[in-house]
Amino acid sequence: MNRSRLTGSRLIAIFLLGCVLLDYPLLPLFGGDTVIFGMPLLYAYVFAVWAGLIVLMAIVIERSG
Amino acid sequence: MQAGWLVVLASIAYLGVLFAIAHYGDRRADAGRSIISRPSVYALSLAVYCSTWTYYGSVGRAAASGIGFLPVYLGPTLMMSLCWFVLLKMIRIAKANRLTSIADFIAARYGKSQLLGGLVTVIAVIGTVPYIALQLKAVSTSLLLLLHYPEILVPARVDALPWLSDSTFYVALILAAFTILFGTRHLDATERHEGMVAAIAFESVVKLLAFTAVGLFVTFGIYHGIGDIFARARAVPDLARLLGLGGSSGSASGWFALTLLSMLSTLLLPRQFHIAVVENVDETHLRRAVWLFPLYLLLINLFVLPIALGGLLYFRTGDADTFVLSLPLATHHPGLALLVFIGGLSAAASMVIVETIALSTMVCNDLVMPLLLRLRWLGLATRADLSRLLLGIRRLAILALLLLGYSYFRAAGEAYALVSIGLISFAAVAQFAPVMIGALYWKGGTRAGALAGLFAGFAVWAYTLLLPSFAKSGWLPTGFIEHGLFGIALLKPEQLFGLTGLDEIAHCLFWSMLANVGAYLGVSLARAPNAIEARQATLFVDVFRLTQAPLGAGLWRGRARMEELLPLLSRFLSPEGARAALAQYAKSRGVAKVALLEADADLVHHAESLLAGAIGSASARVMIASVVEEEPLGLDEVLNILDEAHQVRAYSHQLERQSQELSAATAELRAANLRLTELDRLKDDFVATVTHELRTPLTSIRAFSEMLFDDPEIDLADRRRFLGIILAETERLTRLINQVLDLAKIESGTAKWACAEVDLREVVAASIEATDQLFKQRDVKLELALPETVPLIVADRDRLIQVMMNLLSNAVKFCAAERGRVTVAIRRDPGRLWVDVADNGSGIPRGEQGLIFEKFHQGGGGAMTGKPQGTGLGLPISRHIVEHFGGVLTVDSDPERGRVGARFSFSLPVSP
Repeated sequence: MNRSRLTGSRLIAIFLLGCVLLDYPLLPLFGGDTVIFGMPLLYAYVFAVWAGLIVLMAIVIERSG
Repeated sequence: MQAGWLVVLASIAYLGVLFAIAHYGDRRADAGRSIISRPSVYALSLAVYCSTWTYYGSVGRAAASGIGFLPVYLGPTLMMSLCWFVLLKMIRIAKANRLTSIADFIAARYGKSQLLGGLVTVIAVIGTVPYIALQLKAVSTSLLLLLHYPEILVPARVDALPWLSDSTFYVALILAAFTILFGTRHLDATERHEGMVAAIAFESVVKLLAFTAVGLFVTFGIYHGIGDIFARARAVPDLARLLGLGGSSGSASGWFALTLLSMLSTLLLPRQFHIAVVENVDETHLRRAVWLFPLYLLLINLFVLPIALGGLLYFRTGDADTFVLSLPLATHHPGLALLVFIGGLSAAASMVIVETIALSTMVCNDLVMPLLLRLRWLGLATRADLSRLLLGIRRLAILALLLLGYSYFRAAGEAYALVSIGLISFAAVAQFAPVMIGALYWKGGTRAGALAGLFAGFAVWAYTLLLPSFAKSGWLPTGFIEHGLFGIALLKPEQLFGLTGLDEIAHCLFWSMLANVGAYLGVSLARAPNAIEARQATLFVDVFRLTQAPLGAGLWRGRARMEELLPLLSRFLSPEGARAALAQYAKSRGVAKVALLEADADLVHHAESLLAGAIGSASARVMIASVVEEEPLGLDEVLNILDEAHQVRAYSHQLERQSQELSAATAELRAANLRLTELDRLKDDFVATVTHELRTPLTSIRAFSEMLFDDPEIDLADRRRFLGIILAETERLTRLINQVLDLAKIESGTAKWACAEVDLREVVAASIEATDQLFKQRDVKLELALPETVPLIVADRDRLIQVMMNLLSNAVKFCAAERGRVTVAIRRDPGRLWVDVADNGSGIPRGEQGLIFEKFHQGGGGAMTGKPQGTGLGLPISRHIVEHFGGVLTVDSDPERGRVGARFSFSLPVSP
């Protein structure tokens, strides 16, 4: 498998990961009253996953060049 | 506000800065040193996605539904991870075919259909004009808030002004002027506006900075950090509800629908398509955009919920859409408020500018030009220079779109239709998704299918989302929402066919997509694509594979004359533009002068794509067809040509595969050759060894014969001794030759085997009897360990005796010189019998145990001196014989460990 196809597969994997992590039915698992760093868990979770996806995308795409 | 003039001045100064940036960008572009050819600028310009609907509206949505505002920004993040495939392909196709708008893109794919381009344009205009109105409303509201400072308005009652004294009207006019200046400065075949893109990227930075500034101010200036805001919000029951998955975000379908809608909108909103595809100067810029654009979205959303909660805590009530502005005002920070206003102006201006440029191109190329060109009495088809007319149409379109937006704003006011228009717009452009995805990946889609799909999806969208929003705004009677159309309950627009449990966006998305995809697929599949559809499908779907071959030109046959093509181009591109474009083409072809160009298929194709950049692919097709004599290609011919291209590809694949197979075969041959060489060497060795073995006895026979022959005086005793040696050597020779022949027979498989049921005990006894003399000569003791009875086996008795005798004579030969002892035993294993022949000699070192079964290997190694004692063929023959009967012949000896002797064993399967 050549490199650009590997990058493509990785990006698709990130897409699928994002779809699973940022949608029902996983989302309500974090919807409780728990507070983390002063923030509601849901809020912290969504932003953390979001940032994580962006970091992953950046690593995958910048390394492929 | 006394400082009202300050606000106006700041706004004008800011627009002036934008103007300067855009101007600078255009100048640099003309000079060939583009300032937007940086990946970050491309990524930032994509942030035109964040209009005032984000800037002000996100806080409003967050105040109503908590985290429910986020899917609109998570969707683009997910979409960008797929851009590597989807967006890259769209850019490649658009560049290869000079497509300058989404309407043009879809029309070109489905056979350059003017009707389809028109339909897409109509949907885009209907879907986005209210969105433009929303931007005007945001600017007008924020302006009003600022102007009434220090009084804090609840901006619900501002529609009383006549339009001439309404500042929004002037905002619309100024934005129109700005757009016209940069969007339609000149007619460019690629429809790129570098200066405008630079200004948009700058505006993206400004709106992010302004929003972050107010976010920091609210979080740390008014309250004591994020934790403080959340802690206070938790104390208020109404607000605590916003911290979980409550409100409208609380349904899986709603969340999913929003994510999907925003994913599609990332590429399908006219402004997004324009920035992402048409204005893209370099495909590699996508790399940066893939993560930088989502990062931008993350940053601009970071403070949305804190601002929303902060505002709700501060005001308790009021219009959450204006919290971004009213919080700094209420806490008396007019400077910050001014910055926020400028940020909002940026968001509005960038959206309005790009959207109207994109829409005006569509309106001009796909609506107005096709109509005008049909009106023969206008004589357009024969006018000398239409390029000014084209520019004029676009400018008028921009003005008209903004005025349309303004009228909608005036009519709607605070109505429901305006507030929810963001998502309604998203749902409208989502109707492009099926035909768009089909355009990129499916060759079977037809013009009729695309028309049917778009029309069905659009109709369902209008019925389930647009009309109810009108009704809720009071423009239509609400009866049809409550009781269904004509009182039929099944036709309730928000519970179509009784479908409940979805919010209105998810409901609309489901039904419209069902109708859209269903009609698109159904109608497409009803009929095979015609020639031009098949050709365009291949140009689109296979764009990555067609980069080398100018397939477009290959699919055209006809006659054209330069005298007709040039004037046609001149009319739409202006005479100078046409001549410059053709001169460039001539240069790329290596032709010195334009006049020398041959009007062949390539040139006609090039001319058509030049025209497509100016008036859209569908109109370009019509215009080109009007001046050249074309031989229409039938579907069969087109398919043949496409097939040919396909075959060439398949052929090259086949060649590649064959060359791989060839190299694999070569490797095999080489290995076989190596094996043959090895075998040849073995044969040579064998012949050499046999010759050597034959010569040894022959030499001694000859030597003694000569002595007897030469010297008749030899006495009788010596004579007898010599003759004895000659006899022994002759026997040895005979034995050797017999064994060589025997081995050859066995190895070649021509040996005769007389198989019968054999009693092994009897075989052992016979062998011992035959070698009895040997034991006596050497004074070796023989011990037997034979069971009373053994099962019969099927084998050749004589051959087995041959094996036994070989083992026994070996054992005797290599026994200890004194007290020599040989043990013969028969053991039973399940299914087989073992015969062991053990001696008490010096044993065989492990390293030699493999060698002794090789031909002509003489056992005994260095311990042996003088004449070899055997032929070196006994064991190899024995092993062959045993293996022939399905057994094994092994040796067990370990002199290195101090074990005495060697034990040879062979096994034979018991006959069933």
